[in-house]
Amino acid sequence: MDIANQLQRQFMDYSTSLHREGFVDDQFTQLQKLQDENSPDFVVEVASLFFEDCEKLINNMARALEQQQGVDFKQVDASVHQLKGSSSSIGAMRVKNVCIAFRSFCEAQNREGCLRCLQQVTHEYSLLKNKLQTLFRLEKQILAAGGSIPIVE
Amino acid sequence: MSCSSGTGNFVKLSRLLGEIHKMSMNGKLSGPNCRLSANFRLKKAKETMHGSNSFRKWKRNLLFLWLLGFVFTGIIWFFLSFNSVASERNEKSPDSCEEKARILLQNFNVSKNQFHALASFFYESDQNISQRSALGVQSKDCCQNLSFCMVKGCLLLLVGVLLSCKIPGVCLKCWKNRKNEPVPLQPVAQQLQLLLQQKQQQQAQSSPKGAGKWRKKLLIVFVLLGMLTSFWLFWHLNQKIILRREETLANMCDERARMLQDQFNVSMNHVHALAILVSTFHHGKHPSAINQKTFGEYTERTAFERPLTSGVAYALKVLHSEREQFEKQHGWTIKKMETEDQTLVQDCLTENLDPAPVKDEYAPVIFSQETVSHIVSIDMMSGKEDRENILRARATGKGVLTSPFKLLKFNHLGVVLTFAVYNKDLHPDATPEQRTEATVGYLGASYDVPSLVEKLLQQLASNQTIVVNVYDTTNASAPISMYGTDVTDTGLLHVSSLDFGDPLRKHEMHCRFKQKPPLPWMAINASVGVLVITLLVGHIFHAAICRIAKVENDYREMMELKARAEAADVAKSQFLATVSHEIRTPMNGVLGMLKMLMDADLDAIQRDYAETAHNSGKDLISLINEVLDQAKIESGRLELEDVPFDLRSLLDNVLSLSSDKSNDKGIELAVYVSNRVPEVVVGDPGRFRQIITNLVGNSIKFTQDKGHIFVSVHLVDEVKGTFDVGDKVLQQGLNLVQDTSSKTYNTLSGFPVVERWRSWENFKILNDKDTMEDPEKIKLLVTVEDTGVGIRLDAQSRIFTPFVQADSSTSRHYGGTGIGLSISKHLVELMHGKIGFVSEPGIGSTFSFTGAFGKGEVSSPDAKWKQCDPVVPEFQGLRALIIDNRSIRAEVTRYHLRRLGISLDIASSMESACTYLSSTCGTSEFAHLAMILIDKDVWDQETVLHLRTLLKEHGQNGRLDVSTNLPKIFLLGTSMSPVERSKLKTAGFVDNVLMKPLRLSVLIACFQEALGNGRKDQVHRKKTSTLGSLLREKRILVVDDNKVNRRVAEGALKKYGAIVSCVERGQDALDKLKPPHDFDACFMDIQMPEMDGFEATRQIRSAETEVNKKLASGEASIEMYGNVSHWHVPILAMTADVIQATNEECLKFGMDDYVSKPFEEEQLYSAVARFFESG
Repeated sequence: MDIANQLQRQFMDYSTSLHREGFVDDQFTQLQKLQDENSPDFVVEVASLFFEDCEKLINNMARALEQQQGVDFKQVDASVHQLKGSSSSIGAMRVKNVCIAFRSFCEAQNREGCLRCLQQVTHEYSLLKNKLQTLFRLEKQILAAGGSIPIVE
Repeated sequence: MSCSSGTGNFVKLSRLLGEIHKMSMNGKLSGPNCRLSANFRLKKAKETMHGSNSFRKWKRNLLFLWLLGFVFTGIIWFFLSFNSVASERNEKSPDSCEEKARILLQNFNVSKNQFHALASFFYESDQNISQRSALGVQSKDCCQNLSFCMVKGCLLLLVGVLLSCKIPGVCLKCWKNRKNEPVPLQPVAQQLQLLLQQKQQQQAQSSPKGAGKWRKKLLIVFVLLGMLTSFWLFWHLNQKIILRREETLANMCDERARMLQDQFNVSMNHVHALAILVSTFHHGKHPSAINQKTFGEYTERTAFERPLTSGVAYALKVLHSEREQFEKQHGWTIKKMETEDQTLVQDCLTENLDPAPVKDEYAPVIFSQETVSHIVSIDMMSGKEDRENILRARATGKGVLTSPFKLLKFNHLGVVLTFAVYNKDLHPDATPEQRTEATVGYLGASYDVPSLVEKLLQQLASNQTIVVNVYDTTNASAPISMYGTDVTDTGLLHVSSLDFGDPLRKHEMHCRFKQKPPLPWMAINASVGVLVITLLVGHIFHAAICRIAKVENDYREMMELKARAEAADVAKSQFLATVSHEIRTPMNGVLGMLKMLMDADLDAIQRDYAETAHNSGKDLISLINEVLDQAKIESGRLELEDVPFDLRSLLDNVLSLSSDKSNDKGIELAVYVSNRVPEVVVGDPGRFRQIITNLVGNSIKFTQDKGHIFVSVHLVDEVKGTFDVGDKVLQQGLNLVQDTSSKTYNTLSGFPVVERWRSWENFKILNDKDTMEDPEKIKLLVTVEDTGVGIRLDAQSRIFTPFVQADSSTSRHYGGTGIGLSISKHLVELMHGKIGFVSEPGIGSTFSFTGAFGKGEVSSPDAKWKQCDPVVPEFQGLRALIIDNRSIRAEVTRYHLRRLGISLDIASSMESACTYLSSTCGTSEFAHLAMILIDKDVWDQETVLHLRTLLKEHGQNGRLDVSTNLPKIFLLGTSMSPVERSKLKTAGFVDNVLMKPLRLSVLIACFQEALGNGRKDQVHRKKTSTLGSLLREKRILVVDDNKVNRRVAEGALKKYGAIVSCVERGQDALDKLKPPHDFDACFMDIQMPEMDGFEATRQIRSAETEVNKKLASGEASIEMYGNVSHWHVPILAMTADVIQATNEECLKFGMDDYVSKPFEEEQLYSAVARFFESG
């Protein structure tokens, strides 16, 4: 009971910090709420889908931007749009924000800006991945300890 | 007099009628003129304006004309009455003259007897007295009439002046009224307004100008008329005076002539008598009884009877045959007169005269009065004129007069009267021959005419005023003056003929006034008076007209200035609106970039800078929004919506937004809505929220670290006191609850507050008890009470002015622009409400406002709001206990719990709670007791533990399942850190901590979690009942190219029981949704590669239409298409940017609705509800 409580508190603090630092927003909470007995691993499932998607898209964009000349900004833009949609669905706020800036650079056909943004996106993505994985780990531990996952307001 | 005034009235009446007629003509004439120029867009407004305008003008003109008419009528009346007085006077004067004549005659008759002198004395005095008295009466009469006329004139003048003084005043008032006339300043489009103003201006310019000209003409006509009247009056009066003068003269002259004549006749009669005497005693007796001595004596002694004769003499008729005998008998020869004319008056000795030449007959004087004894022995026949006289006298037997000549002895003009003396009494019809035959002598008497006239005139009064001349006019071409001096012609002359008894001789009396006629002062005065009055009135009117013109000019000028000012104001507002809008757009970019910058890797200082910049930017945006609002309000473009909304959840939202700040400051924030306020009201939720946010924001800003902010909503009717105040919060507000026993104040936080009711005491709708109650409308009274610093008394009057804060230092201390209250005031006014406040420095402020809202129907089909407030029936019927030492706070808690259907008991302290629990133990109440809420103020760990054990005991006694069904304990706290909260929770003191301000959603979540152990299934079923009931077992197709999105949407929809299929391309969706299919709805992403959402929808719709056509024409049987007669699958767009344009586009491409992409339960519900609720 004590361990569970402690873990719960740790989980609370952690998710609060995620919110505070803007990694995730209310949408993520909504996702957490969607998870119930019927779909116990819903959040993890969605998150892993997102990570997969992200990696693919980032690779696509990196490839497209690697070309010194004749960057297919349209393709990059499509990818960024995809990424933005995914990130807003999962509530990855910071990734989404970078995507917004990324798109404006795409529209301006600014390769330098795009590259910088890509870098940022990659950075944010990896950060988020780490954070969420930590969170999921905590969750698992709580469940293993027999506690329930508290909902953060 | 009465007749004249009657005619005056009639004249007035007819004049008035004429004016009215003229007026109506004017009205008719001016009407169409204006209508012609009227712009069709402004026709209506203009016509009403014109109508009132012309009516006013009409009124003014009527007044003006009435006054003119009155003045004229008055003048005419005045003259008529004046004339009547004059005529009366004229009538009177002949009367008096006649009277005088009668008196005169009577007197004269009296004088006929022998007491002549006495009589004449009496007569004189008598006459004088009567004359004087008559004159006195006359003059008195005249005076009275004149003074009456003057009084009337003065009255008239006074009335005229008064009225004319009034008229400009009235006119001014009219103008003022017109000016004050509320110019319709509804926020119409600017051009329209300007146009209206221009039209107004034109109208103002055209109509008064015409009126002014018209008035001026009328004034000139009036002045001319007045002058004419005055001249006419002068002429008329002067005529009267001249006429009267003439009449007076004639009267006097005639009177004098008659008297002269009469006196002369009297003397003549005496001479006649003398003649008879001589005939009787000289010729009838032998020897003669008369000799010179007796004749002289007798005549001398009876001279008083002939006062005007200088002497009488008797001449005998002597034929030539008898001359010698006669001469012998008398001892003297008959002498001839020296000169023919002056026989009788010659002052020479008779001895010197030559004897008379031989003639047929002679008439030597034998007797004479002493005075004329020198003429004895002179032959009267020797003078030519005397001879004619004698011949004429003896032929007619009447007295005969000579023409006047100078009496030498008296140096006066005189005439000689000759009577023939007959020897026998002749028949009156005797022929001249018989008379000549019978003649024996001649009696002559010389008359001194001047002294006669002189004496006569002296007897009469007013002999000084006229000059009398008497002429012998026998020879008309050369009249001989008998009396009077040659006088200068003084204009008037009256001639009266005199009859002295001699038909051959003609005499006339000429009378003149001694002085020239005096200036006709009365006429001059009257006419000058009229002239002055006219000019005065004219001047007054002129001044009035000038003033009116000036005021009109000023008015026009002011109108112009006003129009310009308003135009400038509108321009300013427009400029503000435009600029604010233009600024907002780039500001969004700035803020977005700043946000990104903050997310980048920054060190602490850089982050701080960026945050500061971001915060400033956000402040700037909010300020711009406020300015935009203000501009919108000022330019009249802000319009309120009319949508149903849930007041309570709106207040919850507002409070949750403000709760961060209030919790930071440690201020307690609470909301209370009276249970008489309907759940759903119709109004503008955004603006309502704006007002509340503003007021609450202000309160938070100005409240420091202590106290509370309390928002309460009541019906206005509740405050009106039409029924007993049942609401406890309101009772506290009205100070009806007097809790003097407790040391702290009976407020939310225990701090003193201002008297809330004073903030709304000035509201009209509250004071009007009988206002028309629209049953569809409700009036809400919202008060926001705080325990802040308060507003300084001197600043309280201007806090609603835009950009004015209570103190210039305020913005330094607290920030802000001071525009919020101004906007709030405008918004409240748009809601047909009022805003007011009461504030005391150091204690706090309370702002109140009212607003009119429509009553919303709870079962409104547009159930958007409903989602915000999911009334959770699972709490229905539960009981709770609140332990709180402040009754108001407990009431607030009770309000929130009541919304969930939880009934609440209140305990003021932990001890009383314990006793309460003991007393209810074992009853059904305890069984239903689901939770105990404890306020932080009475929190005490020891007691809580005690309470827990107590509960456990009771629970065991009641054989309840201890682990699940014991009442849960919640702590109500204002400011607690999450750590503190978790500590309390994990320590097992409480089941959860509720953070104030209380909100329905928080409460539900909390209670659900806490009560969830035993009722989880129930909770879930209930929760999904809203969306789940709609989506359960529904087959839904999700089209999205994004894997993650697809999964999230699928998860979300599945959660509500839907059966979800997913495709990732538009083409796949097309295949799936080709009829017949069994999907109930489709959620479609818009931005997809290859085929986007719009295109896919379009194709789906066209396929559906085809099938429907086939079905309708019977080409295909219904069975082929799954027994559905009409295919239309609801397609909902999923989009990330929910802006209006996209929404319209969605509908354009055949989509039914849209949902924003990260699914929000409310929105999803409201969108889905439209399609599935009916089914």
